[in-house]
Amino acid sequence: MAIIDGNVNLDNAVLSVATFAPLAGAAVLGLLPKREEFLVKAWALGTSVFTLLCGLYLVLRFDYGNAGAPQFERSHSWIDVINSNYHVFMDGLSLPLFLLSMVITTLCIIYSWDHWPEPRNPKAFLMLMLILETGMLGSFIAEDLILFFVFFELVLLPMYFMIGVWGGEQRQYASLKFFLFTLFGSALMILSFLALYFKSGGAGLEPTFDIPMLIERGMSDTLVRSTELLIFGGLFMGFAIKVPMFPFHTWLPDAHTQAPTVGSVILAAVLLKLGTYGFIRIAIPILPAAAKEYAPLIAVLATIGIIYGALGCLAQKDMKRLIAFSSVAHMGFVMLGIATLTDYGINAAVFGMVAHGLITGMLFFVAGSVKERFHTLEIRRLGGLLVQAPKLGWILGFCSMASLGLPGLAGFWGEFPAILSTFNPAEGLSVALFRTCMVIASIGTVLAAGYLLWLFQRTAFGTPKEEWATTEVHDVERPEWLAWAPLLAGIVLFGILPGIVFDITDPAVNERVTAAVVAQGK
Amino acid sequence: MLAAFQAPHLDYAALGPEIVLTATLVVAICVDLALDERSKVWVTRITGLGILLATLPIFYLADQGISGEARVMFGGAYVTDTFALVLKALLLISGFVVFLLSFDYIGEGDYYEGEFAYMVLSSLLGMVVMASARDLVTIFVALELLSIPGYLLAGWRKRDQRSNEASLKYYLLGVLASALMLYGMSLIYGFTGSLVLTDIGAKLGGPAGDKPIVAVAIFLVIVGFAFKISAVPFHLWAPDTYEGAPTPVTAFLSVASKTAGFIALLELTFVAFLGRGDVTRPIFWVLAALTMTIGNLTALRQSNVVRLLAYSSVAQAGFILVPFAVATRDEAQEYIGSAVVYLLLYAGMNLGAFAVVIAVARRTRSGAIASYRGLFSYAPGLATTFSVFLLSLAGIPPLAGWYAKFAVIRSLFVDFSVAGAALGIVVAVNTAIAAAYYLQLIREMFFRPAEEGVDVRPRPHPAPLVAALGITLTLTVVLGFIPGVVARLGDLSTIFTG
Repeated sequence: MAIIDGNVNLDNAVLSVATFAPLAGAAVLGLLPKREEFLVKAWALGTSVFTLLCGLYLVLRFDYGNAGAPQFERSHSWIDVINSNYHVFMDGLSLPLFLLSMVITTLCIIYSWDHWPEPRNPKAFLMLMLILETGMLGSFIAEDLILFFVFFELVLLPMYFMIGVWGGEQRQYASLKFFLFTLFGSALMILSFLALYFKSGGAGLEPTFDIPMLIERGMSDTLVRSTELLIFGGLFMGFAIKVPMFPFHTWLPDAHTQAPTVGSVILAAVLLKLGTYGFIRIAIPILPAAAKEYAPLIAVLATIGIIYGALGCLAQKDMKRLIAFSSVAHMGFVMLGIATLTDYGINAAVFGMVAHGLITGMLFFVAGSVKERFHTLEIRRLGGLLVQAPKLGWILGFCSMASLGLPGLAGFWGEFPAILSTFNPAEGLSVALFRTCMVIASIGTVLAAGYLLWLFQRTAFGTPKEEWATTEVHDVERPEWLAWAPLLAGIVLFGILPGIVFDITDPAVNERVTAAVVAQGK
Repeated sequence: MLAAFQAPHLDYAALGPEIVLTATLVVAICVDLALDERSKVWVTRITGLGILLATLPIFYLADQGISGEARVMFGGAYVTDTFALVLKALLLISGFVVFLLSFDYIGEGDYYEGEFAYMVLSSLLGMVVMASARDLVTIFVALELLSIPGYLLAGWRKRDQRSNEASLKYYLLGVLASALMLYGMSLIYGFTGSLVLTDIGAKLGGPAGDKPIVAVAIFLVIVGFAFKISAVPFHLWAPDTYEGAPTPVTAFLSVASKTAGFIALLELTFVAFLGRGDVTRPIFWVLAALTMTIGNLTALRQSNVVRLLAYSSVAQAGFILVPFAVATRDEAQEYIGSAVVYLLLYAGMNLGAFAVVIAVARRTRSGAIASYRGLFSYAPGLATTFSVFLLSLAGIPPLAGWYAKFAVIRSLFVDFSVAGAALGIVVAVNTAIAAAYYLQLIREMFFRPAEEGVDVRPRPHPAPLVAALGITLTLTVVLGFIPGVVARLGDLSTIFTG
């Protein structure tokens, strides 16, 4: 397949503009005077809204009848010497996550409007947020391994600074841990990318970093088994640390607990998805045979993650740390869906990614607002939220319900189909093992109900603790409403009409991911 | 009857940069004599201009030479090929940035401004000659021409004991290295009967190269240059010299002088020695692994920023040595290309880092890492700029350094071998160690409050320093996004092999 040298037209130009607008906005932001705080905030918000409008334009122009096909495709030579191209497109897999990143960033900027974590400095904070946005958007549309790598790494620095400068007391430790874990993973990932590159050449073919081309060349057929397993192992480490899967999850609770509120929101809502997305977009379709060999391991680790995360939650004393551990459990469900290597499971996983983005994002927002009001997140010291700030309390309750997978809300459609899919894993995978995982994972949902309801009960029910009894606690404020309403609406909407997402992702999962797995089985 | 003397063919265009530099040198000395103390700054200005003028012939030659033949002179002893052009441009631009850095540093310190200018200039001339030198004698002459001014420059603050120590250490070890190298060269001449690298290359590949003593000779020559590029275990002079020398000189030594050492190594290895790749590869493998690991581990424990950067630049040299450790003759271009790419990108980010150190030292009068505490709170621009350079040195995308690391790691895959894979693991581990100490500096600047009593008023920086920061910062950021430009230059740098 020759690279379609996509001529620039309005649509594919908008895709690139949307991706780089935040970066350009951040550059301009750097030139604005620090003292003009309103101007700085308005510019950042304007940039993110502009980006979101570009995204909405693409959503409108997207050909839903053909959601599995690459759309708005553009390929331009980038680093000739290594045959790496600026190759981007959008399909049903990228669209939900692309849009999610834009929405979350915009809402985070709105939420931050007058909630600046110490030591303030909105200008630097917003610059980081916009750079982060470009990294996230680019990762979800990149179709070249090197391009993907650069975007994937671009998110690392802003998040590091966000945690390190604006974080809690243990911020230095947390930020360094976050950085080194991820860096180690991506070092192994880039080695695997290079190995794929050099192994893709030969027999008159130029080596390539192009993802669709690598899929087409059927790397699983040409590689020696041990080599393929090694290469997949490198990719696995890179992505599994990012997800994070048990036992590479230890950076996550620290990073989440120490990060400022919007840092936690972005981390939970989007950054974790880069890992799972990497599995679906790169690791599995390029190396389906190795994926099958790794699938039982992934399933077992995912199941351990579900149970371990849930038990971890039950033991937490800090609200934010609890939500962080619940992320480990939820991402376990996503990885379990992916491990089945079936259409059904991977669709559930993509839905789970979106739902987790909305719900856990919301939970971190609420935790941030609680912290702002009570200056603590220690569950023991909280209580009676429904008395002091009923709206905030009910929102917490609503999100807890969504998070535990209540039918009718978005969380359900991520978890339930993921568990179901393990009943019938892809051909060649051990049915017994996967069904065992299914049973254990189901217990995980019960535990999830347990820790979330317990959290809700301890923080919201009862009467306020003595130390807060006389404190005037203000309820949900306008920037909070503005930032939260779209997320809350999304949780309900996707809960009632999950088809909106499934219709987009299903053709893409079929054509771009499982087709390779099925072909491998024959 | 004696044969009439035949004048050698002189290609004036190919010698353009050298001629312009020499002319500038002469003019600078004359102007220096005529000026009084207060207007010495003109000498610096003239030399800076001369360096810029010297790049013009390179552009002309590049325009002529990209598809054309290499220009060979003096029986193969002096060659202007695309490799030479790319590296001459790099050296001259690095030299120019060093001038921008030293403009006020030397002037304000009441040093010998005029002398400083033409010392740097003659050292630069030696480096530019090195890029074209293709026989043992020319390489040696170029090496001495670039080193001797370096010894003097390191001791420029003559009333400062540490500067004296810097100079003396550098001098003594440098001379020792030269002696070892000369001995090796004489052995090679003895066995091959030629001084020209292409001839040596042809003979070492044949029966003459099989003698065991040839391995000793090659080893001695490589060791000589290992001193120059401060490879472990021949790096011991570097931290003391870097710390004691005036900071612009340190920048010059750690970038331009190191580049020149690598240029010589590239020429020697790829033109002359690869016939005995079985000898060079293990030597370079050990040098690369040791240099990276020891350099990084020692950098972790530094408390002075210049020493930290010194060890960091030792470690960086280890990365550049990686392609040498797996080089084969068949795919020579891949290996030369990745080393050149690294040198090009390294120059920008390392000069930039030193520029920030100079700028910060103007405020704090200190090089202690502790003095960087809270820099972000009172000088956010400098702190951010420094972080860009440090993270680029750590190889974090999207800053330019990532492509340098990528290029050397890629060279390990070109012709897959177990030794190469093992070195790959060493590289990966070292990348993580290096990140730790670069982040440590960033932590001081961003995550810690400023110490009491630090003067936090904003202060303007001299224009040349700002220009140097601007050039290096732009290169480091822009090339991270479009590394294709550098990759292409690396690909174009082919060494003439006869």
